Amino acid sequence: MKLGFSAQDEAFRAECAAWLQAQMAGSFADIRGIPNLCDQIERRKEWEQQLAAHRWSCIGWPEAWGGRNATLAQQVIFAEEYARAGAPNRINHIGVELAGPTILAFGSDEQKARYLPGIAAGRHIWCQGYSEPNAGSDLANVRTKARIDGGDWVVNGQKVWTSLAHYSDMIFVVARSEDGSQGPKGLSFLLMEMDQPGIEVRPIRQINGEAEFNETFLTDARCPADAMLGAAGEGWKVAMALLAFERGVSTLGQQMQFRNELDAVIAAARANGKAGDAVIRQRIAQAEIGLRLMRYGALRMLSSADAGAIDGAALTYKIQWATWRRDLGELAMDVLGQAGEIAEGDHYGWSMLPNLYLFSRSDTIYGGTNQIQRNLIAERGLGLPREPRGQA
Amino acid sequence: MEFAFSEEQAMIAETARAFFTENATSERTRMAMAATGPDAGIDRALWSAFCTELGLGGIGVPEELGGVGLGMVEFALVAEAAGAQVAALPLLGNARAVHALVAGGTQEQKSRWIGGLAAGDVIATSASAAEAAAGPGTLFGTFRFAPHGGSADLLVLVAGSRCWLVEAGTPGVTITSHVTMDQTRPLAMITLEQAPAEPVADHAAAIGALDTTGWICLAAEALGGAQATLDRTVAYAQERVQFGRQIGSFQAYKHRLADMMIAIEQARSAVYWAACAVDEGSDEAAMALHAAKAFCADTFHMCAGNMIQLHGGIGFTWEHDAHLFFKRARSIASMLGDSQWHREQIAAQILGAAA
Repeated sequence: MKLGFSAQDEAFRAECAAWLQAQMAGSFADIRGIPNLCDQIERRKEWEQQLAAHRWSCIGWPEAWGGRNATLAQQVIFAEEYARAGAPNRINHIGVELAGPTILAFGSDEQKARYLPGIAAGRHIWCQGYSEPNAGSDLANVRTKARIDGGDWVVNGQKVWTSLAHYSDMIFVVARSEDGSQGPKGLSFLLMEMDQPGIEVRPIRQINGEAEFNETFLTDARCPADAMLGAAGEGWKVAMALLAFERGVSTLGQQMQFRNELDAVIAAARANGKAGDAVIRQRIAQAEIGLRLMRYGALRMLSSADAGAIDGAALTYKIQWATWRRDLGELAMDVLGQAGEIAEGDHYGWSMLPNLYLFSRSDTIYGGTNQIQRNLIAERGLGLPREPRGQA
Repeated sequence: MEFAFSEEQAMIAETARAFFTENATSERTRMAMAATGPDAGIDRALWSAFCTELGLGGIGVPEELGGVGLGMVEFALVAEAAGAQVAALPLLGNARAVHALVAGGTQEQKSRWIGGLAAGDVIATSASAAEAAAGPGTLFGTFRFAPHGGSADLLVLVAGSRCWLVEAGTPGVTITSHVTMDQTRPLAMITLEQAPAEPVADHAAAIGALDTTGWICLAAEALGGAQATLDRTVAYAQERVQFGRQIGSFQAYKHRLADMMIAIEQARSAVYWAACAVDEGSDEAAMALHAAKAFCADTFHMCAGNMIQLHGGIGFTWEHDAHLFFKRARSIASMLGDSQWHREQIAAQILGAAA
């Protein structure tokens, strides 16, 4: 059992840190550390293309598809250095981390050649068509319908909470392709172009005033019959495999962002004297402990993932970080006091800490609410009986 | 990334777990709890078997001093397994004493004591006093809350920045045992009146080792104890039926168990982060130790309280083992710095000293 990385891995760290820091100090300094995913979209796209030009856009992918075939440790290190350099959150996170690995796992050679180069090159931004008004925590209750018409799938229905749909080129959609089927059976996993008359995107304003996610309406939207991963009717398997990629290596990079947020809270407490308050000191120490334990929990999870195991650390990770971040948002506002409630400019927009306070309320909801996480932990981790289900 | 147990470490964990599960039974622990005098709270046969048959009494002692020559990670594995059974053993006192001697004892002290401590023939305790008066070769002072003090042969005593060895049973040494809430680790008061006392060679090193070993021991015991409360409550949740259903199928019940698992997984990261940081001499070690002691003590206390609540009335009885865990959790929470104190040490690292 060891805490650190190998010398070879540390050499890789030095290489990617140097490149990232040079970019963030140089031609991309203007987007260093910008908090909001919807700010400066064009510059973010240019940044994706810059990453691609230097083969840093999808390092975990095989070399044949523009990646570096990087080991798990190297991917972790890149994610850490990416966040440490203050590089902006990836606008194509969904394409690189979710769609790409799923296409690599389930796609034919022809499908890989069709979709992967656009992601690797930073040309095609992807979004995720999973949730619906009646399929939230109960994701298998998808109502969006797909039927074959000539050589195309024709899709009708409504998706919701579609992050970045208004900037995306592609969407993967889970749709019911067998009439009368229920739950996880009879679903198909389709890859659709956003730029078509059958798809309409309406932004949804969030509690922080921004509109990062959307409603996506599909009205006779079309894609070719072979724009499907896995077999018809077996889309649930693909959809669940994709969610497993979500728990991957980006977690440690995300922690570097949390580090920046906690440091901002500490700096604020020092600046306004709250650092001398005994209760605030306890809470800051508790936040520090939580962040460190998140790091070592993730390292345990990734060390055992090397051996192909899913363990307790992996199962509890989502609720752990989401709850930690929500608590940090509350601590931030208790440190800032009323000053935290005053916007900096003349519009309803928030700097890092007040935005953290508001935005972190979504962390305990998206990707499985805290309540659903507790069900999963109790049922899969502890083997407890399932809650009896109601009639559909 | 290798933040996972090696094969050897996994084997030690399995050996220790099997040993304590088989031998540190509720029945034997309760006999030790009911004993009085120097046997109060100690299963001497178990301790002897642990030290001799299993050979793990000197797990952290270098091989040239007669030990097993392993590190804090391996010691933590053993303490975790002992804690899972609330075993009535002088593990804390002996491990602290042995590591203090290795780190700061004179050659003569090492050769005199370490062999007997590792073999389980000598029982040690350790305690602190805000101040003590030292004469030439002697010590005056009152040292409170010495764990298993009533059974101890060797007293490792700290006052301020100084550390001494005192032998129990010599003139001027009075040890008063207390009826203690956690009967698996009863506390005693040590009073010295011109008692013969030997200073160690390197005070800072000895005191550092006492702290490090004590915090790791308690954090790991707490981890093992917390996991045991979860395992036992999960078993009960699957067996107990109310309203025509296993009670573990109710979300109000299973979510509390999930919260226990979430905390325990973090506690596990904390113990092995701290133990690894000590073994590797990492500059994170101080923060890791404070984090581990505070987080694991809090986790164990929460879990043991939940164990009683989730068992209902049976969990409140003397007959059920829930109170053994609950009382051990309470004693760990207060021992060697409470969680507020440990968090304040971390706050001081981050924010500077309190105003």
